[in-house]
Amino acid sequence: MSLALEAVNVSKRFGRVLALNDCSFAVPAGRIVGLVGPNGAGKTTLLHIAVGLAEPTSGRVHVFGISAREDVLGVLSRVGFVAQERPLYRGFTVADMLELGRRLNARWDFAYARQRVANAGVALDRKIGSLSGGERAQVALSLALGKRPELLLLDEPLGGLDPLARRSFLQELMSTAAESGVTVILTSHEIAAIERTCDYLVILGRGRAELAGDIDTVVGSHVAVTAPSRYEEFIRTHSAIVDTERTERQISALVRVSQAVDWPTGNGLQVRPVNLEELVLAYLRRARLERTTK
Amino acid sequence: MIAFRLDERSGVPTYLQLIEQVRSAVRYGILRPGDQLPTARDVVGRLAINPNTVLKAYRELEREGVVRSFPGRGTFVTQEAPRPIARSIHEPLRRSLRRWIADARHAGLDRQAIADLLGLALRDAFEEEIA
Repeated sequence: MSLALEAVNVSKRFGRVLALNDCSFAVPAGRIVGLVGPNGAGKTTLLHIAVGLAEPTSGRVHVFGISAREDVLGVLSRVGFVAQERPLYRGFTVADMLELGRRLNARWDFAYARQRVANAGVALDRKIGSLSGGERAQVALSLALGKRPELLLLDEPLGGLDPLARRSFLQELMSTAAESGVTVILTSHEIAAIERTCDYLVILGRGRAELAGDIDTVVGSHVAVTAPSRYEEFIRTHSAIVDTERTERQISALVRVSQAVDWPTGNGLQVRPVNLEELVLAYLRRARLERTTK
Repeated sequence: MIAFRLDERSGVPTYLQLIEQVRSAVRYGILRPGDQLPTARDVVGRLAINPNTVLKAYRELEREGVVRSFPGRGTFVTQEAPRPIARSIHEPLRRSLRRWIADARHAGLDRQAIADLLGLALRDAFEEEIA
């Protein structure tokens, strides 16, 4: 299995703040990855380190085995990156941006980028500043895809888009993934969109990867348990508790199980599967709790 | 060719929704042996879903013998797919259901209330069978 991206013990310090703290995870090639985490969890920092826009304080991020620290051009020729807020030159026309893409990239498929812009219904002579949020997003995506990347990094690609623009953006993105097999890593707070479009999940919290894996596998290895308090010890010894809620007599827990557990159901103990949203929320809540109690 | 729809609030995983829609189309003769399913790329472009989700649904249908994929050509309903329910059977049933629904609406039930009532009646009927 070849890896599109691998973070190895990455730390990044900004003054007194440790944005990434010994963060390690891997993303297999060909996946569509949702990178989630609270604001300030280090998602953007991690993407910046991957493409050489930031230097790690320690550790490495490999893209197809290459680190931007050692060979930034080698990385950039294979990675398309769309930063938050999709920075484009407002005074440029769409055609100017495509020309800029051609001049800045060693590998550039002009016809492909132009076709994508046309598919999105954006005229080449329009000024970037006059485009709607959805059109800008489509143009930024087309530019990132113009170099035919093997890995596409999208930082908050859905931010500021209305539901219709969001839908057409994701339609374009999924068609592209289906036909080219490009690996995609996108950050988002929209769990519903991630559930629909992604097959791999990375949860960042406290500057670390709390969880990384195939979404079906990850969701399938967690359950929600509700039981009278006396079962707390049983739950703790048979699973790893991610998040709990207690009342005087009851415990509700979202837990990870590494093997099949023979739950003593029927005495008030209930077990049910969880969905992606519950899972992500549980991990985010835990990350926040541990941060505030640190 | 069928067009897939998704019910996002159902809580049913997307690939299972796709599988059930193909099975249902075969059951009612909307899809017949030799008919082609939409390509993964078409489905993905319409529904904005993960390409692997479509492939997973098609693989499962292929495992069941309902469809067969031919690389480069597409995915087709097989000759071995379950026979559709005859029109002479399902059409009169559907007509009497329509009359029943009209009665229910006339009695003041809305769509959700009618769906609930149908669900309850289904449960009664099938649980009686088990008991």
